[in-house]
Amino acid sequence: MDILNEYGDQLFAAFLTTLQLTMLSALGSLLLGTMLTAMRVSPVWALRTLATGYVNIVRNTPLTLVVLFASFGLAQQLGITLADPKSPTSITDSSFRLAVLAFSLYTATFVSEALRAGVNTVPLGQSEAARSLGLGFLQGLRYIVLPQAFRAVIAPLGSILIALTKNTTVASVIGVAEAALLMKEMIENTSALIVVGLIFGAGFMCLTIPTGAAFGHLSKKFEVKR
Amino acid sequence: MSGSGTTIRTLYDVPGPRAKALNILVSVLCVLGLAAAGWWVSSALAEKGQLAAEKWEPFVTPEMWLTYLLPGILGTLQAAAFAIVLAIILGILLGVGRLSENRTVRYSCGAVVEFFRAIPLLILMIFCFQLFADYALFPSTELAVAAVVTGLALSNGAVIAEIVRAGIKAIPRGQGEAAIALGLGNGQTLRMILLPQAITAMLPAIVAQLVVALKDTALGYQITYVEAVRQGIQAGSAYSNYIPALVVIALVMIAINLGLSRLATYFENRLRSGRKPALKPAVEEVVVPQT
Repeated sequence: MDILNEYGDQLFAAFLTTLQLTMLSALGSLLLGTMLTAMRVSPVWALRTLATGYVNIVRNTPLTLVVLFASFGLAQQLGITLADPKSPTSITDSSFRLAVLAFSLYTATFVSEALRAGVNTVPLGQSEAARSLGLGFLQGLRYIVLPQAFRAVIAPLGSILIALTKNTTVASVIGVAEAALLMKEMIENTSALIVVGLIFGAGFMCLTIPTGAAFGHLSKKFEVKR
Repeated sequence: MSGSGTTIRTLYDVPGPRAKALNILVSVLCVLGLAAAGWWVSSALAEKGQLAAEKWEPFVTPEMWLTYLLPGILGTLQAAAFAIVLAIILGILLGVGRLSENRTVRYSCGAVVEFFRAIPLLILMIFCFQLFADYALFPSTELAVAAVVTGLALSNGAVIAEIVRAGIKAIPRGQGEAAIALGLGNGQTLRMILLPQAITAMLPAIVAQLVVALKDTALGYQITYVEAVRQGIQAGSAYSNYIPALVVIALVMIAINLGLSRLATYFENRLRSGRKPALKPAVEEVVVPQT
């Protein structure tokens, strides 16, 4: 119990950061992933090639490497720090935002893969019907195809969100104060390894297991019956 | 892609003259945008001196590869290979355990699988690293590799367990019933009838999991394991060429992973096209006279 008294506030703050990283990256990857999917099914050759190339390259890169690229490449070499350099918390802000960017860029490829599979489950007649109603490609995608595709891939998106939650621990590599970084610190400063392990294990189980259950429920609720 | 007369699924019609012109326009804009971005990045990097020839030259010298990159790549491959073998064994045990008729076995295997699927791999690795250090379970030079392999084996084992379970469940019930009718016991049915079919069907998913394991060895970076990304950073600090080093490591990792993904697709296609004939060799085995 001593350990909880001593580290309670820090634990709360660390898991809050983990949660923030997850939420913001989930939003970013959903937006980017949807865009990538639209590009991949579009009639324009260049867009298709670009999106497919991006997905194949980033999906096969280790996440640690993506995060390091954001830190070394964007921040140190290109000077894109995503934070006001004059603010007192600029280094922390910068690491946090770069981590969100890296997670979004990485997770978007998985969202795109899932969503493209979802597009394939929508019968071709649906988009043919959309065209015969006079809808253009983008309109057909927005009003007819994507809504059905999203409903088909709720469960896979849930798995991606769970993977993202777990992946946010990689942010510790550039010093973002989330759960894994605090765990390292607590292991060094206390001798209660097992207790620390149990605390963090339980913390992540509280985040991931309900997510899986919720998405399972949603996927059944919104299933498109054909 | 969109040759007329083919039956490729598309969400759009064969483009007419206006759509063609629009497509070309968008493509040109896209290429121009990409070129502009590329130019901006390269000029910014050039300003920092990262594109200078001497930053890239080390990568054609044997010292760079022998001292830094090859040991790292070897470390990555070794950890991934060890881990995946252990994960497959663990996955089969846990996956079969979850289908056991014994309730205790079923629930405990389920709990183990759910636990390791819920915990981030990095947390698991940090924990194992410290655990092995505290109880001196491995010599200090082997601590990092042991923690990386253990973490990977446990978390991938949990995933493979689910793959195996889904594979066994997907086999038509008649297969198991026929085996029982032939007088095979539960264990024999599983070993001789169900598992071989499940594992063949799940081979693509298992190969795909290998890519995940290989990428995840990079988490070992944080517990000082000598893997590709860590060695890339080391090389970058030794030659003060971080960007070139990261680019080279990225290219190597992407090449290996794309190769493995291809392998998974290959297995998938072979299985899809040859699902039935796969049963043939078994028949031949029966007719071979044993002397």
